[in-house]
Amino acid sequence: MIFIVIYKTILASVILIMSLLVAMYSTLIERKVAGWFQDRLGPDRAGPWGIFQPLADGIKLFFKEEFMPNTADKFLYILGPSLTMFIACLTSAVIPWGPDLVIGGKTYPLQVADINIGILYIFAIVSIGVYGIMIGGWASNNKYSLLGAVRASSQMISYELAMSLSIISIVMMTGSLSMRDIVAQQQGFNWNIFYQPLGFLIFLICAFAETNRSPFDLPECETELIGGYHTEYSSMKLGFYLFSEYINMFISGAVMATLFLGGYHFPFIDRLGLSSNAMAVAGFLVFFAKITFFGFVFMWVRWTLPRFRYDQLMRLGWKTLIPLAILNIIVTGVVILLK
Amino acid sequence: MLPLSNRSRVVSDKKMTFLERIYLPAVLTGMGITFGHLFRKKTTIRYPEVRREFSEVYRGQHVLKRDDEGRERCTACGLCAIACPAEAIIMVAAERLPGKEHLYREEKYAAVYEINMLRCIFCGLCEEACPKEAIFLTKRMVASEYEREPFIYGKEILLEPLDPALRIDVSKRQTPEVLHFKLDKTQKHNL
Repeated sequence: MIFIVIYKTILASVILIMSLLVAMYSTLIERKVAGWFQDRLGPDRAGPWGIFQPLADGIKLFFKEEFMPNTADKFLYILGPSLTMFIACLTSAVIPWGPDLVIGGKTYPLQVADINIGILYIFAIVSIGVYGIMIGGWASNNKYSLLGAVRASSQMISYELAMSLSIISIVMMTGSLSMRDIVAQQQGFNWNIFYQPLGFLIFLICAFAETNRSPFDLPECETELIGGYHTEYSSMKLGFYLFSEYINMFISGAVMATLFLGGYHFPFIDRLGLSSNAMAVAGFLVFFAKITFFGFVFMWVRWTLPRFRYDQLMRLGWKTLIPLAILNIIVTGVVILLK
Repeated sequence: MLPLSNRSRVVSDKKMTFLERIYLPAVLTGMGITFGHLFRKKTTIRYPEVRREFSEVYRGQHVLKRDDEGRERCTACGLCAIACPAEAIIMVAAERLPGKEHLYREEKYAAVYEINMLRCIFCGLCEEACPKEAIFLTKRMVASEYEREPFIYGKEILLEPLDPALRIDVSKRQTPEVLHFKLDKTQKHNL
């Protein structure tokens, strides 16, 4: 028993450190990719190819003045970014990162918690995430922050609906809410995206809105709201907000890869003749490549599309995505019944 | 009205078709365009390591020329200072003393000759005004400084070195066309 606790603790720490590292380097990659999309070279001064840029940014954020507005609610003001960061780190717990490792006759699953309501857990945690932004924006006692927070909460709540609805068809196909089962069903090239292309599209669009990424970055919206909910934040509290956005990107990439792109499965995995441990490593690398692909798509879209207007955002969410998701459920249900 | 380019589009608020309304084709087209940019030649360079190629007649930091025997060509006539639209040039003239003939070409020379590089707009009018072929713009860059004071370049920076090997080549800015232009009496500053 104590052994399992130790193993899980190590696994959780590794995943936490990994997601923090990935988020750290996403900031650099984002800036690099932005540069390439705009025919620039991107930052390359700090170390070779700029690999120390995230460190420099982090040090800069740590040494910035810790500013707190006079009229801010002190407790909530600090709670906002802390909550956002905390929630962002929680989601990774139910994601299966690779096939089981077998060491000395014992199996070690590369998943912190295989709870039978994995997807529900993710949605529960993600919907708490909106509190971080809302509390931060409210506590700042600033009109821009408040507007950003209100926008964020209404946007995230609306898009969560379509997101969950698009998942229901996956759950109907799989018959399970466990992430592990969903991945297990997508053996080889049997990925859900080929059965649920519409569901995938809806989920992808909603993921952009959930992570507050462009073209749905209305809560931040530099041109209208200065910085939106984090206008009044400075130093590492601002860093937490910015950082959690990248962690969320990473995790939502992982969730999408798990649900639609077959998780750690890839075609012809059985024919390679690998030992089970080598397969675990290969599976993890493939999974990571899929997440990286989604990360790139997030950046790609950000540097392509202009921001939506608020009414367009709401119309897209309520009048297009939700009906489409419901249609998807009905069609899936009919197909399952007829089979 | 003539269009400025053939890329203008007539804007209308007609009802969008179904394909336009679902945005996706337009989104994918846009993403295709941005993806193409990933592999384009970058317009920025890694500056201190890589430098851009300058035109041979680039108008950068000035040089005060010497003649073939190493004597200063400038006679402190002040035409460059008058021609300067930014009023960046000041000079103090002095008379050449006996025994200094190897230093200055004519009886009068510039004891002080200063160009304020912060005021200078590198238009090259000083060069056009100069009747003695004494001042030229070169393709050297004016270095950045932390203070304003060092930007006022005196003779010690502007004057070219005596050593013939270190002379600054301005022949590209002295083409026959340039000389012909300098003799053009319809230009006010050549009178």
